[in-house]
Amino acid sequence: MNSGLVSTPHLLLGLLATGTMHGYELKRAHDTRLPQARPLAFGQVYATLGRLLRDGLVASTGPERLAGPDRTAYTLTEQGRVTLDRWLSSVEPPMPYVNSPLFAKVVVALLVADVDRARAYLVAQRRAHTERLRELTALKTAPSASVDDVVAADFAIAHLDADLRWLHTTLDRVADWHREVHS
Amino acid sequence: MTQLQARGLVKSYGPTPALRGITLDIDEGEIVAVTGASGCGKSTLLHCLAGILRPDAGEVHWRGHRLDTWSEAARSRLRRTEFGVLFQFGQLVAELTAAENVALPLLLAGTGRRAARTAALTWLDRLGVAECADVRPGEMSGGQQQRCATARALVTEPRVLFADEPTGSLDTLAGEQVLTQLVRLAREQHTSVVLVTHEPRIAAYADREVVLRDGVIDHTGLGLDAPLAGGSR
Repeated sequence: MNSGLVSTPHLLLGLLATGTMHGYELKRAHDTRLPQARPLAFGQVYATLGRLLRDGLVASTGPERLAGPDRTAYTLTEQGRVTLDRWLSSVEPPMPYVNSPLFAKVVVALLVADVDRARAYLVAQRRAHTERLRELTALKTAPSASVDDVVAADFAIAHLDADLRWLHTTLDRVADWHREVHS
Repeated sequence: MTQLQARGLVKSYGPTPALRGITLDIDEGEIVAVTGASGCGKSTLLHCLAGILRPDAGEVHWRGHRLDTWSEAARSRLRRTEFGVLFQFGQLVAELTAAENVALPLLLAGTGRRAARTAALTWLDRLGVAECADVRPGEMSGGQQQRCATARALVTEPRVLFADEPTGSLDTLAGEQVLTQLVRLAREQHTSVVLVTHEPRIAAYADREVVLRDGVIDHTGLGLDAPLAGGSR
């Protein structure tokens, strides 16, 4: 999954392209649109908005004097729209590095332990992946699932499925691999 | 209630062993995925459970009756009435329309022509292919054909559905649609399903996964023969 890091500034610009929002509305929109992502922390929302304001990519409409806490609304600027458009037009580098913790753990197990230790790890990981795959399948096939839920689950399922195929194949290759590492 | 029981099933093709002692229970309404690498014996197990193949040794029990010793005629009758069978492809009769294909098992079981057609149309509608009723298989997409085959496998409201790689010939989205409907309808009418697949993604639709390795059940960590917390039941 590339670097694994999602660009929060671009995500917020994208959400603001749908209309002016307060910080808490942005957080809620993020968590709804990306249902399987880690929920965005309020601190992160405001810190990111601060940087976007500084760079002129969003404008604030000033705090509203309502009965509750001060709430500033944010709007996408023309410059913000250009930045967002540039981001949408660029492709992500397809997997520039193989740096999965799964892969690293098998390498280390083979270096410092034996085939059985590596195999035990692969079997345990396969079980954990299978359980997660079932949870996500149940989630997306539930009658209450929204398209947001289904598309997010599809993404996770496809990646877990790829990992599982790798785990299966590697289990069959682990003895040869160990011989090579220690030859 | 236990629907199907396999006890120590052994089956070889000439000198090649396919099953080397399989013991397995399948409950009423339970959806069990049988997985494993190519050649592990999963299709042979399905054929033995469905009474299509006779094991060389071991027993198959159907609701308390020993099935593997029955005559071919008796097993064939059971398959027509209590079992539904769904394969990867090539199951629909090319000369018949979708509705005629789906009505076929009912006609063979003695249902009248009009009632069989009505039931066939209902099942085609449930599988989302009502528009294919008067179309022949050659004029349908792969996904439509497999939905018709699923309707035909379920039209007799079988107690057990045997599905061998039912989405194997379909693209991801079409396969998923077939499987989602199959699982939903099986649950609605409390049909047990034996789902043979080599894909983890497909097995994840089941309540339980049984992994075969070289003709035996693999219990080394992935013998997931207990319901998982994340299952949908």
